[in-house]
Amino acid sequence: MAGVMESELQGMTQEQRADALGMTTEQLTGRSLFVEFDPDAAERFNYPWAPEVDYNKRIEIDTDDMSTTEVNDKMRALMDEGYGTIVVKNPRGKHSLGVGILSRLNLIYEGSLGYFAVGLIDGPNVRINGRVGWSCGENMMAGTVIIEKNAGSTFGAAIRGGDLVCRGSVGSRTGIDMKGGTIIVGGDTGALSGFMMQRGRMIVCGNAGRNLGDSMYDGTIYVGGEISSLGVDAVTAELTDLDRSWLSRKLKQYELMPDQGVDHFTKVVAGKQLWNYDNLEPTEKKLIL
Amino acid sequence: MCGIAGLIHRSGSSNVGFEMTSMLQALKHRGPDSTGFAVYGPPVPGGYVMRVIVAEREDIDRGHGILETISGRIEELEKRLAEHGAKVKEKEPATAYALRYVLSHDGDTAAMAKYIEEIEGVEILSFGNGLELIKDLGDAGEVSDTYQLNDFNGTHAIGHTRMATESDVDIRSAHPYWAFPYNDVSVVHNGQITNYWIMRRQMERMGHRFMSNCDSELLAVYTAHNLANGVSLDDSLRRSIEEIDGVFTYLVATKDQLGMAKDTMAAKPLVLYESDDLIAMASEEVAIRAILPQEIDTYDPYDEEVRVWQA
Repeated sequence: MAGVMESELQGMTQEQRADALGMTTEQLTGRSLFVEFDPDAAERFNYPWAPEVDYNKRIEIDTDDMSTTEVNDKMRALMDEGYGTIVVKNPRGKHSLGVGILSRLNLIYEGSLGYFAVGLIDGPNVRINGRVGWSCGENMMAGTVIIEKNAGSTFGAAIRGGDLVCRGSVGSRTGIDMKGGTIIVGGDTGALSGFMMQRGRMIVCGNAGRNLGDSMYDGTIYVGGEISSLGVDAVTAELTDLDRSWLSRKLKQYELMPDQGVDHFTKVVAGKQLWNYDNLEPTEKKLIL
Repeated sequence: MCGIAGLIHRSGSSNVGFEMTSMLQALKHRGPDSTGFAVYGPPVPGGYVMRVIVAEREDIDRGHGILETISGRIEELEKRLAEHGAKVKEKEPATAYALRYVLSHDGDTAAMAKYIEEIEGVEILSFGNGLELIKDLGDAGEVSDTYQLNDFNGTHAIGHTRMATESDVDIRSAHPYWAFPYNDVSVVHNGQITNYWIMRRQMERMGHRFMSNCDSELLAVYTAHNLANGVSLDDSLRRSIEEIDGVFTYLVATKDQLGMAKDTMAAKPLVLYESDDLIAMASEEVAIRAILPQEIDTYDPYDEEVRVWQA
């Protein structure tokens, strides 16, 4: 509240009070992606300026009798030894496997993972030849994750970058709070997918559950099947040639291109009627309202 | 948080006691306070199995003269059984405070159960032809060992690992809940019911009894009410999604069925595996993997999804 006395606000219109308090409205569209990490800040951080790793240096580990911590520690030790491809056998649905990998790596899971699989990753290419539980790829920064079967709810929650692909169907709240990157679902997605989505793109080849894109701020959702209902402030938009081109490229890349092409996809974006951003603290806001 | 699990064999019996123990032990991290099982064995010919507690476990540690009190409660319980024409065929103390009876009885189960539960400290955990409901403090391995569940053969089972949030850490607040007084019906639940008190008062006005302040008990009472009024299990589960508020996923088992329901928000997890012979479900896949280590296909049921399987 720089330079304004509370007594001066009295007698002003609401608009004048807002101006006097220096309130500005933030425009989210058109903002460029910003690099959030300094490559020199963390010891093993090496993306996007990462040196090439030797993907031919390959090893398999059987994790049947190992705890989550033991598996993750073992993988980090193998990465330090220069292994560029790690195959994890018998993961048996363990939680939190492969989280926080900040290097390039080919990581292959021969089986299903539990909750929080490969969250917070920044660079690896991951293939999961099974299913994943809730919150797979949460806060993922970069890289590629491909799940061959189904996934649980909150798939790709708060993802910021990279491609997160599930060939099967996923649960509810897919891409909740997503801030960038691409989520691709080969089958159906559940209710409240794209809830509070802020950036990024989501492709659902099958059907979408209730309240799709509810309260989304920005970003784009493409749905190939039926949409049960749109959420608050989610609206459909015209599919442009640019959309078709991008959809085709992404779906071909992951071998999910429908036989009929991409013309049938519905595009969903934010209506932006709920936008109400300002720079004031709640106590200051009260002086205006 | 709590963890729930269920399984049903569609082609005969299996060691469901051991299987459910393995599943619940894998879910221990979701709730270490207590563990409960509702296992369904072959029907007892011409009779019923009744599981009952005559004290809480903490009473044993704290209570002065509790063992004499318990003896008195058991004596009174058996007297009241006899008054209602029930004949005790077998009596098996599982612990100092939990007993298993095999009875023959032709009378009114509800009236007898209410009469018995008027004895202070006595609660009937289950009553039925095939249902055996066991719950106690501790993890699945401990409870299973104590109650010798590792060799229990049957067709289906549900179970629960509890993290107490809104009611006590004791046996009466543990799951599963028997759908009193409906024979062979049990319920486990993961979630919070936000119109619990409104619904509870409605149920109490209709004469239903509640033994705890745990919101999950409502689902058992609600299910019993519906079934007693001729509503099918499938319809009861569907109605609950409309009538009960909150976030919940729950399982109901009857003598030959297993059902599941998920609320409109789908905020409580359930992973499902389905084959021709076996249906298994749990809050986390790791529990299903405890009995099916081979690669399998599983999926998450969606919001408002209701399923019922027949044994």
